Amino acid sequence: MTTFKNPEKAHSPYILDFVPTPAGEVPRVTGKLKLRDVLGTFMVRWSVNRDNYRVSPGLYAIGDPTDSSDVFVTANYKLSFDHLRKSIDGLNAWILVLDTSGINVWCAAGKGTFGTKELVNRIRMCRLEDVISHRRIIVPQLGAVGISAYQVRDRTTPAATATLTAGSAGSTKPLKLSFNGLKVSGGFNVVFGPVKAEDIKAFIRNNYHATREMRRVTFTFSERARLIPVDFVYGKYKLLIAFALFFVLSGLTRKGVSFQLALEEGPYAVLNILMAYVAGIVITPMALPYLPGRSFAFKGFVSGTVAFVLTLLINFPGLNFPEMFAWFLIMCSISSFTAMNFTGSSTYTSLSGVKKEMKVAIPIQLISTIAGLVFFIIGRLF
Amino acid sequence: MDDFVYLKNVVTLELNQEKCNGCGMCLKVCPHEVFGLKGGRAHILNRDNCMECGACSLNCPMQAIFVKSGVGCAAGILNGILNNTEPSCGCSGNQSACC
Repeated sequence: MTTFKNPEKAHSPYILDFVPTPAGEVPRVTGKLKLRDVLGTFMVRWSVNRDNYRVSPGLYAIGDPTDSSDVFVTANYKLSFDHLRKSIDGLNAWILVLDTSGINVWCAAGKGTFGTKELVNRIRMCRLEDVISHRRIIVPQLGAVGISAYQVRDRTTPAATATLTAGSAGSTKPLKLSFNGLKVSGGFNVVFGPVKAEDIKAFIRNNYHATREMRRVTFTFSERARLIPVDFVYGKYKLLIAFALFFVLSGLTRKGVSFQLALEEGPYAVLNILMAYVAGIVITPMALPYLPGRSFAFKGFVSGTVAFVLTLLINFPGLNFPEMFAWFLIMCSISSFTAMNFTGSSTYTSLSGVKKEMKVAIPIQLISTIAGLVFFIIGRLF
Repeated sequence: MDDFVYLKNVVTLELNQEKCNGCGMCLKVCPHEVFGLKGGRAHILNRDNCMECGACSLNCPMQAIFVKSGVGCAAGILNGILNNTEPSCGCSGNQSACC
């Protein structure tokens, strides 16, 4: 059963009507995304309402599914749900939405909320065994981080079949039932589908076998570009604090802080910081394969240096040497640190690797930020 | 992934070939083609491609794979250090960077 916490949600625009099943009525959704869905995706990418973009967990129908139709499992993050229904538009299937608190499949699987326990519970709560006559459920491959196929099979094997012995005493093989010509053992069989929902139809055509390409996680330019807005918005408060700090510091003279000077020179400082932030969060991800080094902190350092050189061209005559050196240190630290944070958005960094690079990078970033501030103040008092 | 390789020789992945029954599940769930299958047993093909997601270890019915899995996310590791917990990205909280 798909239970709606909020009754109004039952009239969500993507629900067409309700289909009767032996386990009760199941909402039927459309595979066509409407302007509202597309707009919602756009907003979420910019962090608007991102933490509350979810659908109700439970069973859904798409097309005219029967008891032999496929079951696709997804997370209750609306973006994941939209992706799936769009990709299987035209098929007759069931969609089983797990409760991941509105988090996408990969992240939720990493946390364990898109996991064996939730899947097993959701299968029971939705009485999936009454709705379908087969026992195959298709889980996105990245869900394998949280879902263990063999454990799902074990835990959904009815107690009766688990204790029954087939034939001679002593054998512990579960009883195999033959049903509608399909070999059905008690438990549910998780089949890991392709990484990307858009490959599902090709996966089915390929006899439920994912090709090498379908199994690999990529990190293309457009995939990286899509992640930039969220990261950009993420540091907004820290960015504002840095703006304010350097605005004030720009007004520093031997006689105290001059508001007039801050107004004149502050904008340059704000521009420099913004450039460094953009270098770390926008330029580094875009140019990721072209920047030297393997560690993100180093890649960010390189793009920070480029940004520093660009700002020199704008503001060169007005800077004395300590100020110049200060900006080099500060801009590279900001860019290096923000680039390092992009490891979380990347699709290939490991925990051990990130820890290793942080051990080296964070002390350097800290020291060079402090040194940068000292040089900046010295420069202002020159 | 051919385009991107992260730091070398850092991952904690271990495969005990003696336990392996050659079911090939690790090959299916790995997003970075770390494993290969030869002579009815899995072996590690591209160790440095591993991102320690843990899918192989979780799905190995023979418990032949060990990996200390977790988020390869600097913000998550910092969160972990600051809150004295395991590394965890802010995906579920109000912070929304990461993943």
